[in-house]
Amino acid sequence: MRAPNAVLSLRGVTRRFGGLVAVNDMSFDVTEHEVMGLIGPNGSGKSTTLNLISGALAPNAGTISLRGTPLSQLPAQDIARKGVARTFQLVRLLPSMTVLDNVKAGAVFGHRRRWGSEADDHAMAMLEKVGLGRHAFAVPSQLTYIDTKRVELARVLASDPKILLLDEWLAGLNPTELGQGIDLIRALREEGRTIILVEHVMDAIRSLCDACVVMASGTKIAEGTPEAVLSDPEVIRAYLGDDDA
Amino acid sequence: MDILITGLLLGGTYALIAVGLNLQYGMVRIMNLANGELIVIGGFAAFWFQTAASVSPLLTVFLVAPVAFALNWLIYTVMLRPLVKRAKSRGQLEVDAILTTFGLSFVAVGVMLAVFGGDYFSYSYLARPVELLGATFGLNRIMAFLGAVVICGALYLWLNHSRPGLSIRAIAVAPQSARLVGIDVQKLSALAFALGGAVTAVGGGLISMFLTLDASTGVMFTLKALIIVIMGGVGDMRGTIVAALALGVLESFVASVLDPGLTLAAAYLLFLLVLLFRPQGLFGRGQA
Amino acid sequence: MKRDAWQDLALGAVLLAVAACLPWFGGSYWLSIGVTIAMYTVLATSWALFSGPTHYISLATTAFFGIGTYTTGLGIDHLPYWVLLPIAGVLGAVLAGLVGLATLRLSGVYFVIFTLGLAELVRQIITWVQNFSGQKGLYVLTDITEADIYWQLLGLAGIVFLGGWAIGRSRLGFALRIIGDDETVARHSGINTARAKVILFMVPGAVAAIAGAILAPRYVYIEPLLAFTPMLSFQVVIMALLGGTGRLWGPLVGVIPFTFLWEAISASFPNQTTLLLGLCFLLIVYLLPKGFVGLIESVRRWAKSREGYA
Repeated sequence: MRAPNAVLSLRGVTRRFGGLVAVNDMSFDVTEHEVMGLIGPNGSGKSTTLNLISGALAPNAGTISLRGTPLSQLPAQDIARKGVARTFQLVRLLPSMTVLDNVKAGAVFGHRRRWGSEADDHAMAMLEKVGLGRHAFAVPSQLTYIDTKRVELARVLASDPKILLLDEWLAGLNPTELGQGIDLIRALREEGRTIILVEHVMDAIRSLCDACVVMASGTKIAEGTPEAVLSDPEVIRAYLGDDDA
Repeated sequence: MDILITGLLLGGTYALIAVGLNLQYGMVRIMNLANGELIVIGGFAAFWFQTAASVSPLLTVFLVAPVAFALNWLIYTVMLRPLVKRAKSRGQLEVDAILTTFGLSFVAVGVMLAVFGGDYFSYSYLARPVELLGATFGLNRIMAFLGAVVICGALYLWLNHSRPGLSIRAIAVAPQSARLVGIDVQKLSALAFALGGAVTAVGGGLISMFLTLDASTGVMFTLKALIIVIMGGVGDMRGTIVAALALGVLESFVASVLDPGLTLAAAYLLFLLVLLFRPQGLFGRGQA
Repeated sequence: MKRDAWQDLALGAVLLAVAACLPWFGGSYWLSIGVTIAMYTVLATSWALFSGPTHYISLATTAFFGIGTYTTGLGIDHLPYWVLLPIAGVLGAVLAGLVGLATLRLSGVYFVIFTLGLAELVRQIITWVQNFSGQKGLYVLTDITEADIYWQLLGLAGIVFLGGWAIGRSRLGFALRIIGDDETVARHSGINTARAKVILFMVPGAVAAIAGAILAPRYVYIEPLLAFTPMLSFQVVIMALLGGTGRLWGPLVGVIPFTFLWEAISASFPNQTTLLLGLCFLLIVYLLPKGFVGLIESVRRWAKSREGYA
């Protein structure tokens, strides 16, 4: 049933909050080297789906697996160690530590664990990759908004994840920064990383994603290439509302 | 049977103390570790008026309540609000509040020791036996219980039906959103904190009718009140009352069957079970 | 970086060696102050190892200390003294581990409350057990002198500092700094936060128990109220916070002045030690939130910035 080269597979994943079904029977696969966009209107359950994959929440039903290994009931730290790394919708950095140490957190405790000078070098390499090498010894409060986002991305990359979950990583950037941000993610895509993007910025989705899953009210309503799903009448209705709504 | 009733009577008074603490912690999110000292102060006021002027403790509480209210209002606005403002995170406020209220608690004990010395104080009031369901109990315990019932009942109605009461509950649930719907969070937080203090001090006055207190017993009451609040569920008045009654019964059971020296140990064991199996409290809803 | 580390170690060793000379030069008064300072240094430094990075305020020091005291008290007639110290350490660590498992998954308030009552819980149980056996206390009669106790405590302090230095450089230490900053990030970076906290909490547990075991011969007669004085936990918290938990040597900076202040107050106003504790708590929160260490560092920064302008 699972696509043969799937890295991450969701089958029938459901999460309820009291009477509200936030994620309802979600199933999809992410294949290797694929950038997948998870899109949908506000409150459609995208972030909850991401939280279920990363282990911030546990699903009430269904399975999530990473190359066939079940993740669904594991705590967040085990999921991170197995190779699923995420950024947060509201950037979370470690305020008392330098930028380099922030990135080192990923290098030391993530999927591939390093220590000592190996961890330092790796963290530094990741910082250079996101273009922040010169700020390695700054503290987070001295950084601009996009730079805090870059630090978080570098921390995630430093753990050598099998799959990256980027939760609205491009949100809140100004037009110049947005261009830089898209270029950065494109560079990751060209490296062959496997990525799930939760995103609202349509330009980014069109130019970056190989495939999209569209959610509305907790349910998957469409799946396919960005061009196909964005012209799907049901998706348009979900975003713009019914005529009678 | 009489163990059960003794326990319920004791639990009723515990409920009053714990409801006071829960108003402060559950609603205002300040863990007041000086809670027990407030009880001792309330008890001491009752003792002093009874022995010096023969004023009934049941009347003294009408004086204790406004004084404790004003004192707690001051403590909140002068000492705690700056901490709320400077706190960068919930955790930091928690640590600051714990240290500050510990400090206040020690200062209170120190002042009481200096002024009154370290002696126990107790007085005899309504120490008549009363027959109830085939066993005898001190009238003072029954009066204290009735006082607790009246106050808890009034508080419950106030929180559920009055405008300020509902606003305070809204703050407890969602402080950010409460601000958006036009609730004056600062003012009402101070009000809830002061009210919690007043209820606690009144509880102290009632407790002193049948328990012997001294300047340093406060911490025992703080511990019990904390255990009750957590067991009942933070911010949950109904849970607090049930947990207080349960603790009262457990204590009187352990005291009469095992050893009076083990009451705290028993309370602790109960606390441990709650932490292990229902950290959100008896009636709290699970988070995940 | 590397050279600094060796310098720190060498400096520490020299200071320790100087401190070890006290019994030969100071009189009995100074030796007794020395024992007190060494004891609080051990307790406050190990306390800060856990509570500094995690911000969980532990009030369990008394409980661990008392268990150590009782280990010596009960075991001294049956086992050689040197065996009792590690036994006390293991008991302390086990108790800390159990407490940690029950409470460290939860928020800090639960932990404070639980540790606050822990000493009282253990004390009530020991008193109850003793009532059965009919004895009120225990005699610890040894030929261990005050100077022996002092040296043992210094040795323990050396181990604590070395341990703290090593933890600070280890993955565990790094993990705890991350947890202290943001536990969610820590978990999502792959850190088993509950395990890291429990393991580290076992350090002050073991150290306080060993300190209690070392000090037992000094008391000669041990009874529950003496072994489990609730004040001890609070004094340790105050000293550590007063000094500052941001540096390994921070608590020491708090221990020394506080010990003298405490001695002075309890000599002239024995009833006012509680008031002193209370005022110190308030002082820490409102004036010295980062302790003396924070103060020293901001003065240093200020001096540096002035230099920069001049």
